[in-house]
Amino acid sequence: MRLPVNLDIALTHIVTRKKQTLVTALGITIGVSIYLFMNSLSSGFSDFSRDNIFQNNAHIEIYKEDEMSQPLFDSGSGVVLISNPQITTSSKKLSNPEKLLHDIKAEPYITNAISLVEFSAVYRRGDTQIQGRGIGVDMLDYADMFQTDELMVAGSIQDLRDNLNGIIIGSGIAEKLSLTVGQNITVSSTEGIYKVLRIVGIFSTGSTQMDETRSYVNTTTAQQYLKEGPSYVTTIYANTVDPDNSLQYIEELAGIIPYAVEDWTVINKDIITQDETRQLMMTAISLAILIMAGFGIYNILSTTISQKIDDIAILKATGFNGRDVINIFLSEALFFGLIGTALGILVGICLIGIMKSIYIGQPVGNFPISVEADLVLLSTLLGLVLTLCAGYFPARRAADVDPVEIFRR
Amino acid sequence: MNDIVLQTQNLNKFFHEPVEFHVLKDINVSVHKGEFVSMIGKSGSGKSTLLYCLSTMDNDYSGEVHILNENVTGRKDKAMAAIRNKNIGFVFQFHYLLPEFTCLKNVMLPALKLGKHTYEEIEDRAYKKLEILGLKDQALKQSIKLSGGQQQRVSIARALINEPEIILCDEPTGNLDTKNTDMVFDVFRQLVDETNKTILVVTHDTDFAAASDRTIEMADGRIVSGNSGLYMEARA
Repeated sequence: MRLPVNLDIALTHIVTRKKQTLVTALGITIGVSIYLFMNSLSSGFSDFSRDNIFQNNAHIEIYKEDEMSQPLFDSGSGVVLISNPQITTSSKKLSNPEKLLHDIKAEPYITNAISLVEFSAVYRRGDTQIQGRGIGVDMLDYADMFQTDELMVAGSIQDLRDNLNGIIIGSGIAEKLSLTVGQNITVSSTEGIYKVLRIVGIFSTGSTQMDETRSYVNTTTAQQYLKEGPSYVTTIYANTVDPDNSLQYIEELAGIIPYAVEDWTVINKDIITQDETRQLMMTAISLAILIMAGFGIYNILSTTISQKIDDIAILKATGFNGRDVINIFLSEALFFGLIGTALGILVGICLIGIMKSIYIGQPVGNFPISVEADLVLLSTLLGLVLTLCAGYFPARRAADVDPVEIFRR
Repeated sequence: MNDIVLQTQNLNKFFHEPVEFHVLKDINVSVHKGEFVSMIGKSGSGKSTLLYCLSTMDNDYSGEVHILNENVTGRKDKAMAAIRNKNIGFVFQFHYLLPEFTCLKNVMLPALKLGKHTYEEIEDRAYKKLEILGLKDQALKQSIKLSGGQQQRVSIARALINEPEIILCDEPTGNLDTKNTDMVFDVFRQLVDETNKTILVVTHDTDFAAASDRTIEMADGRIVSGNSGLYMEARA
């Protein structure tokens, strides 16, 4: 099978100018590889910070909103009562938590839901005390949702099971109070309950704020701290099938649940905004580099066409029409694009591999970057589209060459 | 009148740059099949301009141009290109060979564009054309490695590859020495006498013109002698 004549001419041009072909393709290679690399980096960071968010936050959180007193009250009898608005919530209790949990779990988009009892805790040893937040929860369910077992640096979550006097504390608390697994710690609540608990585990999340305040006890223990009975629950955490769709889910949940429903994007607005800003910047910079590469191709093809203007004239004289000429030069551009993009993807993947092997310390570990198929696809597509665009305009100019002008020079 | 292959009717053309200039004035010319016509005239007399109007490459004129009894005036770029490809062979003062290709490939390109024959057939034909022009042994060389006379002969082979009815030449011997000029003339003569092709040559070479069948002389955008009517009378 012989090549069509236009392609034959294009290929001959490319083969006889190997060096120029290589330089042109390299421009694209650099553009595409940097685009792929930077976007993978940005995406890796986003995934990492997202994983971080989901380490401590459920997709959806349900709690009782504080109620405010009505500032204006019209009794209807002509007497109007005006009062200062203030919180009138007497208890953070969610009523009938078991039915609530059951209802939530029945929703098709909910994958997992657990109930928690939160309380303000003060950790003491001797004169030293640390303010913090205790969470009473079925630790196995909790670990199932947040993979807490992967964060344990000492002891184990299993030991908290059915152990009403056990506690798992953050590594920050353990360090400040110089305590370790097996030792006792005094924990009090704002309700005035004091307990001496045995440390059965220590976890480290990498977030100082978490590690220095958070502790886990059994639900019953937490209820005791709050002087409440066994049906007392303050918060329900729920995970969904698609966290990116959580806004829709909270709307649906709000319809069936009389409490406040919040999703992770509201709670972590600052981190998400940071993420979006970084992603936007990375995209803009890498796109700019890619477009620069496009201008490189435009430039080289324009020069080539100026040099080959005599050839274009004779081709047109001997019967090649404008479309043939566009085909010839667009094929060349596409060839540069294919070689350059293929090399670019290869180089990009190598860069990602190198970056991935760099250890940057706990809690991150190795650089959070990986080769993502959709980014590779996007880079390939952009590389090709860009070369075609950059090639089209010079090719159009070539097609418009008036051969008479050339022959009469 | 069926044997007229090239004809103009009231052809007028203006150059707009740098100043308005009436370059062709009411040209009515016809060329018959199997004629070897030369066109002479001073620089700026309009002879090359007329040739390019006849070639379909210049479309900026008023009046009509007929090629092989078809009015081609105002046709689309693609249609014009197809007409040139099939019916017209060009030879210019410079060879305009593509430097990346071998002589053979240069000759083959218009035929590959026409696409009437297989690659192998075209290759075979191109060899034959080169053989006629005495260049068979140079066929696989890059075109830039040949001498000026050889290059011009390759360009003639290229003009002939699609067996066009009409061959248009703009100063084909302008850059050639006497020996090569004679060779080119002999090839043209042979084409006309043996295959009944029609050749129109714009030239400054009066000897070359004198040896052709008919000489059209132009001055100031008009044909001053050698027009077809007179020729027909002379023949009769």
